[in-house]
Parts: sequence; structure tokens; C-alpha cells
Amino acid sequence: MSLRRRKPLAPPTWLSRYGMLALGLVLVGGMSLAAILAPWLSPADPNAINVNALLLKPCAAHPLGTDALGRDVLSRILYGGRVSLWVGFVAVGISTTIGLALGLVAGYFGRLTDEIIMRLVDVMLCFPSFFLILAVIAFLEPSLINIMAVIGLTSWMGVARLVRAETLSLRGRDFVLAARVSGAGSARIIIRHILPNALAPVLVSATLGVAGAILVESSLSFLGLGVQPPDASWGNMLMDGKEVLEVAPWLSVFPGLAILFTVLGYNLLGESLRDILDPRLRR
Amino acid sequence: MTRTLLKIAAKLAWVAVVFFGITVISFWVIHLAPGKPTDLQTTLNPGASAVARERLEKLYGLDQPIHVQYGQWLSRMGRLDFGRSMSGDSRPVWDKIEERLPLTFGMNIVSLFLTLAVAIPIGVAAAWRQGGVFDRVSTVIVFAGFAMPGFWLALLLMLLFGIAWPILPISGLTSLGFAKLSFWGKTWDLCRHLILPVFLYTFGSLAGMSRFMRTSMLEVLRQDYILSARAKGLPARTVIFRHAMRNALLPVITILGLSVPGLIGGSVIIESIFALPGLGQLFYQAVMSRDYPLIMGSLVLGAVLTLAGNLLADVGYGLADPRIRASAAKDDGGEGE
Repeated sequence: MSLRRRKPLAPPTWLSRYGMLALGLVLVGGMSLAAILAPWLSPADPNAINVNALLLKPCAAHPLGTDALGRDVLSRILYGGRVSLWVGFVAVGISTTIGLALGLVAGYFGRLTDEIIMRLVDVMLCFPSFFLILAVIAFLEPSLINIMAVIGLTSWMGVARLVRAETLSLRGRDFVLAARVSGAGSARIIIRHILPNALAPVLVSATLGVAGAILVESSLSFLGLGVQPPDASWGNMLMDGKEVLEVAPWLSVFPGLAILFTVLGYNLLGESLRDILDPRLRR
Repeated sequence: MTRTLLKIAAKLAWVAVVFFGITVISFWVIHLAPGKPTDLQTTLNPGASAVARERLEKLYGLDQPIHVQYGQWLSRMGRLDFGRSMSGDSRPVWDKIEERLPLTFGMNIVSLFLTLAVAIPIGVAAAWRQGGVFDRVSTVIVFAGFAMPGFWLALLLMLLFGIAWPILPISGLTSLGFAKLSFWGKTWDLCRHLILPVFLYTFGSLAGMSRFMRTSMLEVLRQDYILSARAKGLPARTVIFRHAMRNALLPVITILGLSVPGLIGGSVIIESIFALPGLGQLFYQAVMSRDYPLIMGSLVLGAVLTLAGNLLADVGYGLADPRIRASAAKDDGGEGE
């Protein structure tokens, strides 16, 4: 066995952190653009039922085929992308806001405040959260708002922990002491001096969080507890596809690819941002 | 010794507090949601009168204020009484859960061993030659694994092995003529039905676990004692298995404890896709029919399993890591922290 060491500056390959970043940006940008431009890109109305075109294979008029109600699959995927991105961003917005607030407060004030908040985090982490999400959604009428709120409210713990750790390490730094000496109050110190320095890891976890939220939403929709028909979401398209798996396999393939590429994009983006923003992890 | 006992007592008290917190939150969320389980039997049933509705609500105790209901529920739980299901058969909740435990448990345990058996070698090999061909290929696969929704993979596998190349059954637990089969025939039939679900469970945790093992192994490989082991000319096999891997495996114990909630969530999806009569499917049915006692029973079971997983991880870590044992012994010597 030779003691081979990696060269200090390995040439960038397609898998280097910038390669990952580029691929992530392309996937995320592409899927976002497709979702935003859905009304202009769609060949047909996503909810238009056409009894003369049931379960068509991919063809010129319907590039990805049609479903059991004759609706155009490509249009439904494009519109479904809007739902996924919307859920992803709002849910992560909620969880990041809660996590940031609790993490900053816990890390800055310490003592009992810290103890209480961190114990709450522990309780939430022990929750069989998918069970609870399912129960809540089933009871509260599965609407988009409810889905986003429930996903957001059950996924803030990671951010809170990250921000708390970051705040703890920033709290004793000279610039924070200097601010305090010059008479700044706690709120000002937290918002103006600590928050901006703690944002990098939050950005990373928010990016990865979008991927997670999209996966949860599609699972819920697949179980019939997410976006309700006739509105399209990738999860409920797959649910419909399962019913006709034998006669129309394409219905079960394309929406899944859309989920795969989107989630992959956000994961790649998040991981490469982590590598780039956090020099400690560079090897 | 007293110090260790105190620590254990504090840990157990903490577990009790978490358990209490989980049940309080779940109970409130479920019971405060608009609508009642009796709606299905009354409002939606034109033949049911207001009197019948009141009688049903009284029967289930739904006419009481919520904290009274929670108190009653908690005191029943104290006697390990999960209550009776609100569905038509009114069977005890625990009986319903018990008959479905073996299947879900069995699938999860088998897939746990499979996951470890595959993920550990992948992580170790990827870390040993960081940046090498194997590391890169496995990284790509891991990323794909993270992004692949389990239910979609399930559909693709059903398409492949159930329809395009029909060699495996894709629904249920047994075939039609199951009762007539011999013992081995039955075993074989069961196994065939469980191949795809178990594969999916395994796939679901594989990416995370192998990534975790890789990171943990990289951490260890950077230590000085690994450098010295390699410097004195020990063969790679010895360095990996004797010096590095045993230390890198320690954090995996913790991850195993934390993975319980994810497995519980996954069982809902996998079991409902393959129509398997397990706990996940039971919970899904309970949620859809608003069977409060059954939902609470499942949530409690989930919470207990998660907490047990955490406790076992703590204890296991302590037993496996001599450094923690040593520091615990030092604490017993009466020195303060």
C-alpha cells in the first residue's frame, strides 16, 4: 500500500465542488424557469379533460402523452412544478424563520432560555413527524396552505441547532463585546452583529430544506393527502399513474423524473454551497 | 456509582418528559382539528338523528372538555390500556396494533441488517481512497439515492419486475392459493412478496448511512494514530479493520437510534403501495377514518420506539466506546465536571 496523497490542487473535474454547483444551478434554474413559464410553455390547459385522447402514448401533440382523463402530461408536470416550488419555498421560509429566531435567542441568552428551547428541539426531533403531518393534513382539509404550514412547523429543528451553535461561538467574539461596550442592546447585537455572521450555514440548510419539503409534499400528494385534484402536483400524478401502471407506464415515469431532477438540483446546490462557504470542511 | 445512577435517573426522567410532551401535543392537535370522528357515522349518514349523534359522542367521551379527555386517556395509558378502536369492529386498539407489529418490525430489521452490510463497506471503501474512482461513482449514486422518492422507485420496480418482466408479485403478502401450499412453499411465497418492499426500505436508508460512514471514516483516517500505523508499514487491511473502522463505526450507533422516525414514516408509504397489512397501513386507515384511539395508540407506539432507539443508542455508545466508559468511571471517583 503506497502512502498516496492527493495533490494539493486537484484539477477541477465534473464532480468537483464547482462542477456540483454548476450542475445544481442548471437543474434548479431549469426547473424553476419551467415552472414560472408554465402558462407559456404548456401545449395545453393542464386541467382540460379530453375524452378523445385518453391514455395516449407520447406523440407530437402530447410530448409526454396524456392521462386517464385525456389531460396533457407535459402541461400537468409544468404546472405541478409551480406547486412543488411554492411548497418548498414557503415551507422552508417558515421553518427557517422559526429556527433562526429560536436558535439566536437560545444561543445568545443561554442558561434557562437555552435549556428550554433546546429541550423543545429534542421533543420535536423525537416526534414521528410524518405520522403527525399525515394526521394533521387529513383532519385540516388538505389545502396548500396547510401543507406548507405543517411541513414548516415540523422541520425547523435543524436550523435552530445550527444557528444556536453559531451564535454561541460568535457571542464571545471581540466585535460583539465592542458593540455591547458601546451601548448596543441585545436585540441590536443579535440582529445587526450576530445574525449576518450566522447566515452562511442557514443558507445551506435552507437549500437542502427545499429538497426535503418537495419530497414530503410529493409523498403526501401520492397518498392522496396533498394537492387535491383536479390541480396537478407531481405526487398526485404518480398516484393516478399507479392505477393504470400496466396500460400507461409513462404516467408513472415522467413526474418522478421531475421530482428526481429538482430534488437532486437543490441537494447539489446545498452541498456545494456548504463546501464553498465552509472552509473548515475542505479537504 | 451514585453519579452513574443519577445520570441514568436524569435520562429516564427526561424520556418521561419527552413522552409527555409528545402525547400532549399530539392529543391537542388531533382533538382540536375541526370535525369529529362521529361525523362519518352521523352527519354523513342521513338516517342518523341528532340524538344518535349525541349518544355516540357520549360513548366516546367526546362531549367532555379536552383536558378531561386527555386526563382520561392518560390514566388509561397508565394502565397500558390503549382503548377501543372507533371503527365498526370496536376492537381493542392494542390487538389491532399487535397483529401488525411482526410484519413491519420484521421488514425493518431485515432491511436494517442489509443496510449496514452494504453501507459500511461502501463508506469505508469510498473514504479510503477519497476522490478515487470508487468514491466518485458512489457519490453520484448516493446523490441519486437521496433525490429518488421511495414511492417512485417502488412504481418503477413494479413496472419492471411485475409487468415488463413479471417475476415478482407486486401486491399483498400472500398469493391466492397460499393456504394450500406446504410450509416451505408458504415461506417462499412470503419471501417473494417481501423482496421489493424490503429492497425499498433498504434503499431508503442506504444513501444516508453510507454517506455517514464515509464522513466518519474520513474523520478517523485523519488522526495521527492512523498515520503512525501506516508509517510503521502495517498492511492496509490491518489499518482499515483494526485501527480505523472500529472507531468510525461508533457514530453509526447514534444514527441508528435517530433513524427510527424516518423508518416509521416510510412504512406508511411502502405498505400502502404494496398493500401490505402492517402498522403503516393501519395508521393510514386510522387517519382516514378519524379513529382517535387508534391514531393516538400508533403515535404513542412511534414515540416509544423513537425514544427507545435514542436510549439504546446512548447506552450502546457508552458500552462501545472505552473513552466514555473511562470518563464515566472518573466521574464516579467523585470529581466534579
